[in-house]
Amino acid sequence: MKIVQIDKDKWETGLQKLAETYRLFGPVPENDFHNFKELDRKQLPDLSCLNTRLSPKSVIYPQTEVMFEYSLDENQEDHHILKEVDKKYAPQAIIGIRPCDAKALALVKLNFDTPEYQDPYWLKAYEATTLVGLACESPCNSCFCTSAGCGPYHEEELDLLMIDSGDQYWAKVITDKGETFLAAAGWTHTLDEKKALKEIEAKKQAAESKISSTVITDKLRETETNALYNAPFWEEVSFSCINCGTCTYVCPTCWCFDIQDENYGSSGCRMRNWDSCMYPLFTAHGSGHNPRNTKLHRVRQRFMHKLKYYVDKYDTGIQCVGCGRCVRLCPVNIDIRRVCELMNSYAAAADACEV
Amino acid sequence: MLSYIDKIKEISTRLLQECRVDMVIGFRKGTVPMMNEPHFARSPAEVENFVWDSNCGINLCNYLTNRAEKIGILAKGCDSRNIVTHIIENKIKRDQLVIIGVPCRGMLDKRKISSMFEGEIGEVIEDDHNVTVKGNGLEKTLSKKEVLQQNCSICIHRNPVIYDELVGDLVEEQTDVDRYADVREIEALSAKEKATYFEKLLEPCIRCYACRNACPLCYCPTCFTDESRPQWVGKGQHPTDVSTFHFLRAYHCAGRCTDCGACERSCPVGINMRVFTKKLEKDCLELFEWEAGLDPDVRPPLDTYRPSDPDAFIK
Repeated sequence: MKIVQIDKDKWETGLQKLAETYRLFGPVPENDFHNFKELDRKQLPDLSCLNTRLSPKSVIYPQTEVMFEYSLDENQEDHHILKEVDKKYAPQAIIGIRPCDAKALALVKLNFDTPEYQDPYWLKAYEATTLVGLACESPCNSCFCTSAGCGPYHEEELDLLMIDSGDQYWAKVITDKGETFLAAAGWTHTLDEKKALKEIEAKKQAAESKISSTVITDKLRETETNALYNAPFWEEVSFSCINCGTCTYVCPTCWCFDIQDENYGSSGCRMRNWDSCMYPLFTAHGSGHNPRNTKLHRVRQRFMHKLKYYVDKYDTGIQCVGCGRCVRLCPVNIDIRRVCELMNSYAAAADACEV
Repeated sequence: MLSYIDKIKEISTRLLQECRVDMVIGFRKGTVPMMNEPHFARSPAEVENFVWDSNCGINLCNYLTNRAEKIGILAKGCDSRNIVTHIIENKIKRDQLVIIGVPCRGMLDKRKISSMFEGEIGEVIEDDHNVTVKGNGLEKTLSKKEVLQQNCSICIHRNPVIYDELVGDLVEEQTDVDRYADVREIEALSAKEKATYFEKLLEPCIRCYACRNACPLCYCPTCFTDESRPQWVGKGQHPTDVSTFHFLRAYHCAGRCTDCGACERSCPVGINMRVFTKKLEKDCLELFEWEAGLDPDVRPPLDTYRPSDPDAFIK
């Protein structure tokens, strides 16, 4: 495991070199919060920020993405034929991605890269991206990553993990992509591995101890699906929901999209846009029937998907990385930690009844 | 306002015990600072969960739409005006409701307070006049007046306009406020400057529709954004589509908006879309001397016609 020292006074020049081969994305201020944006030349990512308002998922999976174009002009030979949009998947890097947001890509990948289907847009963008993580030293009070299969120094999906060490960053090299990135920046000063790893381990433990919020998920898998589906608490859980898409759009692990054709005069395009299971239209049938016609159905679907169906299908834990965004941003304060507790303890209660 | 809670619990318990209502709609304590969650009680025992403080900014009228039960509902000035509008628009019947009036001194602007601090806020404690904000090793006391939601700081209807019960003495209404200073500033811009202003304003929008869905006025069975025949507005993130959504939403609220601030409060990316509805509110006041939701017996100007209308074009 190689660890490279990046002196902060060489940070800017390194990024400038990188900008010659990579499109660089990083957290920058937007109004009174931060979001991941493509960095202009000479613009520096602000790595001092708390978790960004939106996750960086849109760098790989844009909210609106044109897939095909077509002509409706019958004088054209190729009218009414969908033609793939020419896309360039040039190398890009997300600098300062948090371990939770990086781990989320592993979850999303389960959907976009299956043995049967491979989503070309997501996969090509994913493959073109180098994930330069920043270990999280200042988690929010509502972060619960350590009990959601993740953590402030979690390395899954990352190519590099940077650790802030005063005047320097220490970059732990995790993949070849990460190695290439460091070389392109001209950051080559390796550290004594044993010593550095020991220090990193101590910092990691200190960071993990700052996570004060947790979810308990141990009973979710063994509980019968229908019992949870029919549990009496959904009316109370869903009452305050206004069925906006905030929780799903700010979530790094929500992957649903809708496909839409848009015509402009005699031409048009086929695009996909993020969609949300909170919207009635999400499940509206052409017949007019809607199998999830009430907000209770929709709220239940969101939590059952994240905390039960996903758990059953993949057996790798919950479909949540504990970034806490939905907790902080829900306009009416529906809290997934609370719902998870209701679901998990409902399981325990159901068990108790059987005995 | 903090002293209201005993009275709120007493009234709610009584209404439920006497079977005058099937449920009472109020708030329970939130799980993050400066947030409470809309909540209902169907039994006197459940009333214990109710809270009241300066974090009850969500408009509870939104939870009445098309409900069939008999309902007790906590109503600040703005909520009560939306209840009046709901009654006029047949979204709820007056005799289904027991309106528990809550004289209001304004709700805290969570975003404003957060932006005054580096790092995350851990706890916010309030008394009648001040809030003490703790977090990140800091502690600071602020005057509530300085950190109210902007709509609350210019509110002239803090007392409920319609109620059956009251949880405290009526408060003095503000009279020396300039409600439309911000609208006038935008009105003074050239068309081009306005376009730039709106484009910048709406740039962070992610079309989550929290503004629309937090609003009690938005109850259409199918919103124009979801219509496909014809499709009124594109679904993508093109700035034209984003602004079309916001402009049309605002127009649908013309003459109905009470400036309760639920839209702005709900926005996850901090857009002040109230500038649109406030402009229309100002126009309605100037053109029709109209303020929404003050009287259940008067129809709003944009859905009525009077032979005495002074304009010639309509005759």
